[in-house]
Amino acid sequence: MTIAVWMFLAFVVATLGITVWAAKKNTGASAYFAAGRSITGWQNGLAVAGDYMSAASFLGISGMIAFFGYDGFMYSVGWLVAYLTVLIVVAEPLRNAGKYTMADLLAYRLTPRPVRAMASLSTITVSTFYMVAQMIGAGTLVKLLLKDLPWISTEWAIIGVGVLMVVYVVFGGMLATTWVQIVKAILLMTGTIFLSILVMKHFGFSFAKFFEAIANLTYTDKSGVEVTRNFLEPGMKFGASVTNGWGPLDLISLGLALVFGTAGLPHILVRFYTVPDAKTARVSVVWAMVIIGIFYILTTFLGFGAATILTPTNIVTDNMAAPQLAEALGGPVFFAFISAVAFATILAVVAGLTISASASFAHDFYTNVLHHGKEHRPGEEVRVARITAFVVGAISIFLAIKLQNVNVAFLVGLAFAVAASANLPVIVLSIFWKKFSTTGAVAGLAVGLVSSIVLIILSPSIMGIDAPDVVAAKRHLIQADAIFPLTNPGILSIPLGFLAAIIGSLMKREPEAEAKFAELKVRAHTGLGSEKATAH
Amino acid sequence: MSEKSPVNWEQLEAKPEFRALLARKSRFIIGSTIFFVAYYFALPVLVGYFPEIMKKEVLGRLNWAYLFALSQFFMAWALAFIYTRKAAIWDKEAAAIVHGH
Repeated sequence: MTIAVWMFLAFVVATLGITVWAAKKNTGASAYFAAGRSITGWQNGLAVAGDYMSAASFLGISGMIAFFGYDGFMYSVGWLVAYLTVLIVVAEPLRNAGKYTMADLLAYRLTPRPVRAMASLSTITVSTFYMVAQMIGAGTLVKLLLKDLPWISTEWAIIGVGVLMVVYVVFGGMLATTWVQIVKAILLMTGTIFLSILVMKHFGFSFAKFFEAIANLTYTDKSGVEVTRNFLEPGMKFGASVTNGWGPLDLISLGLALVFGTAGLPHILVRFYTVPDAKTARVSVVWAMVIIGIFYILTTFLGFGAATILTPTNIVTDNMAAPQLAEALGGPVFFAFISAVAFATILAVVAGLTISASASFAHDFYTNVLHHGKEHRPGEEVRVARITAFVVGAISIFLAIKLQNVNVAFLVGLAFAVAASANLPVIVLSIFWKKFSTTGAVAGLAVGLVSSIVLIILSPSIMGIDAPDVVAAKRHLIQADAIFPLTNPGILSIPLGFLAAIIGSLMKREPEAEAKFAELKVRAHTGLGSEKATAH
Repeated sequence: MSEKSPVNWEQLEAKPEFRALLARKSRFIIGSTIFFVAYYFALPVLVGYFPEIMKKEVLGRLNWAYLFALSQFFMAWALAFIYTRKAAIWDKEAAAIVHGH
């Protein structure tokens, strides 16, 4: 197993090398926050994919398919379709009208200070939720993957991930973060493609044999009874009969959060500022869609491969389906490679989250809210962002260690729900609706943020009554019957976010914002006056 | 965003060519968004509420549920391709409007 540690160390050394190289090029705010807007289309496409495909997708979805068959695969679909919203609605106007953060687009024609303060709060909330979930995931993985190296404890894994992400971001800025994500995306795709080929080799490269095995799967279930099931049939996880009738609606609600939330994830949006122009931003989304699409189609082989070759009886826990499959088909070296890839995956995602949170604090809150858009000393904004990255890293390490034994499976869903309910409505309305006003933006952000959090607290993710023997990491945080029946709040919180933004705008009109709509329209659709690339 | 720019935004925005371009663009954006949202949510609705139909096998052991889920990937790629083609034309038209004044 030490082989996995060496492979991971090789990744760390390579990425630190990238950081040193990037640090030399980091001169000025545009270089630090936006990699000098010099990233090419395919590079940014890979980086978007690397920023997006988390350990939850790689290990979590494979495991969900291995245990719940088709329902797990259906879960895969939304992650790609979401990019159509990014491509068609958001990426180009954002690139044309903004500079470093999501709030730039909103502040373009609205009163900057209140809008930026709220947008910054929402950005930092989304990023922190997502980051803590990823870091706890890293801790759990270490326990599962490196069982024979007990000296690497959960705490050390969390601290290690936290320290590395801070180092990438503080010294290497957006350029280092970008290349860490590119390297990770290549490693993850290599591992996934190779594992898929091994699965097909097991079935003599015959799709007919493969799908026959999935449709006719015999294994021993939890109660020790031998069952034969068709894993291609829907309903094992979200079916009405296994979820008191709420499953299908919950799945629709999850789909809404994915399809509208991805285009409101701050760490994905800031990636479009790293390319020279809107046209390259568009090309990069298409590259990302090719990579992300292939990856999620391949979860068919990872998940169903684990289900058929290992059978659910022999898989330790859902997160172990892909690594165990790698071990069964490729031996200890391939197992080590897949384990190292899982850690690299987490590292690249948290680095992206850290830089978007610290850019938002420094650019939106510090410079524009506290100092009215003026830098007192040159380089102050970058300095504040670096300090923020340290603070964000320290807080996340602290939270992840404190919460490691708490059931936090809801955190990623919560991040998507907030992005879809708070961020997306105000982004869309500011691009397309003339009457959109500051009051509307603040109301939309606030209502979307609060309603997502409140509904999650009232949902079965947090509320529920457990039997006394349920372990702490799986226990519900509030031991009472859930008040809101769905685990995903999107179906209610997204309309609430839109409604608040629209009502707020109609209640308090803003002639100056309406007057500036013409300028925003020309900018967004022609790229006139947009931020240019800086020469390296 | 307060730097002085020599561009007369209002004048450009008021150009009939610009307005026509924007109208065409908006039509495509709204139409294609309605299409992919409907196509995507048809999956959880059909699978969730009509599981018996979706369990029917059509291609070997592959059922409607799996094939429809798989088709979502190709739908997304195809729409992305169509959008890119359209957007390249809009880019040229926008450039002509900007430089032609």
